[in-house]
Amino acid sequence: MKTCLVVDDSKVIRKVARHILETLDFTVSEACDGREALDACLASPPDVILLDWNMPVMSGMDFLRALREAPIPTRPKVVFCTTENGMAYIRAAIEAGADEYVMKPFDRDTLESKLQIVGMA
Amino acid sequence: MTMPASGTVSPVALNVFSALLEARTGQQIASYRSWRIDVALKPLLRERGLDTLDQLVTLLLDGQDVRVGDQIVNALVNQETSFFRDAPVFDLVLEAVAGAEAAGRRPRIWCAGCSTGQEPLSLAMLFAERAEGGRPMPEIIATDVSEAAVARARAGRYNQFEIQRGLPIRRMMRWFDSEGGDWVARPELTRLVTVRRHNLVADHPPGGAFDVILCRNVLLYLSPTTKAAVFARFAAAMRPGGTLVLGAGETVIGQTDAFAPSRRLRGLYERTGDRPAPSHAAAA
Repeated sequence: MKTCLVVDDSKVIRKVARHILETLDFTVSEACDGREALDACLASPPDVILLDWNMPVMSGMDFLRALREAPIPTRPKVVFCTTENGMAYIRAAIEAGADEYVMKPFDRDTLESKLQIVGMA
Repeated sequence: MTMPASGTVSPVALNVFSALLEARTGQQIASYRSWRIDVALKPLLRERGLDTLDQLVTLLLDGQDVRVGDQIVNALVNQETSFFRDAPVFDLVLEAVAGAEAAGRRPRIWCAGCSTGQEPLSLAMLFAERAEGGRPMPEIIATDVSEAAVARARAGRYNQFEIQRGLPIRRMMRWFDSEGGDWVARPELTRLVTVRRHNLVADHPPGGAFDVILCRNVLLYLSPTTKAAVFARFAAAMRPGGTLVLGAGETVIGQTDAFAPSRRLRGLYERTGDRPAPSHAAAA
């Protein structure tokens, strides 16, 4: 099974995302900020990361930059999943190394579609 | 007479709406899909301030407002679509136009039943990006029976859920602008597609011969007789060697002799009569 790390400070979003991802046959783990997510990736990088932007301790963008420089053997796909829906945010995320971008609110079709685009569903 | 509450479809309403849809579009609503009538027409009931579908039937049959029939048909036609739906099909379309390109012709593509435009715009993005490498840009004609769908396809305007279904973010960034919460295709994209209202059952195909016709998840709503007539029209509207693209669950087998499964493009169909005769026949 493919693995997905859901990084979001909202418990509700993590729960919704987990439910959708499990129906898509992912093994799901969770982190509630960028720092926790980075530690998880250093220990065991997932196949794909669903990443919020605004979080305490370490933002999604800071996490992404750190992830792309981290000494990990694989390159997890990163799908931003955020309410920051402006073009400037989207461009910044892609330039920083995100593979896809989900604008919240999202539904199952959206998430499945984006995971298909990055070759994960 | 007891009026059925909203949420149920009376036999009268089912018959009237089914007959209207079939008369206007050739599409049939099988009885097992009759629940769709209630779901699809709820917004129209609200807009018209009506409580029941039977009241909508009365308004339609009253004939005072000619827009009602159009609105009902627009609501009942299934407009399910998305960008790059069944993505591998788009690679096959690229292959399907190779013959035209090799012959030095500008390929012509018809998206028949294009709904709100995601399919022709997907093709336009794909070919426009490829055209930067010097390949020819095909002529893309997109048609739909629903005036509302045609208007939306022309506008190229999609809400947040629609834009995210199937469209890679880099393509969205390149070809769409954010506007009032929606995403709108840029003029350099929309001008690559000609969108027209067209009734597959009643109207002649758009002029000229096509190299590829896409008609995905439309014909399944037609009766066998009507479907056969549409296949014949498609065949007549194609160049020799033309390719027909149907939905994933659709086939020509047992439906028409005008097309047969393509030997070259798996899952697609080619016009019959264009193939070389079998070798034993050629030797005879």
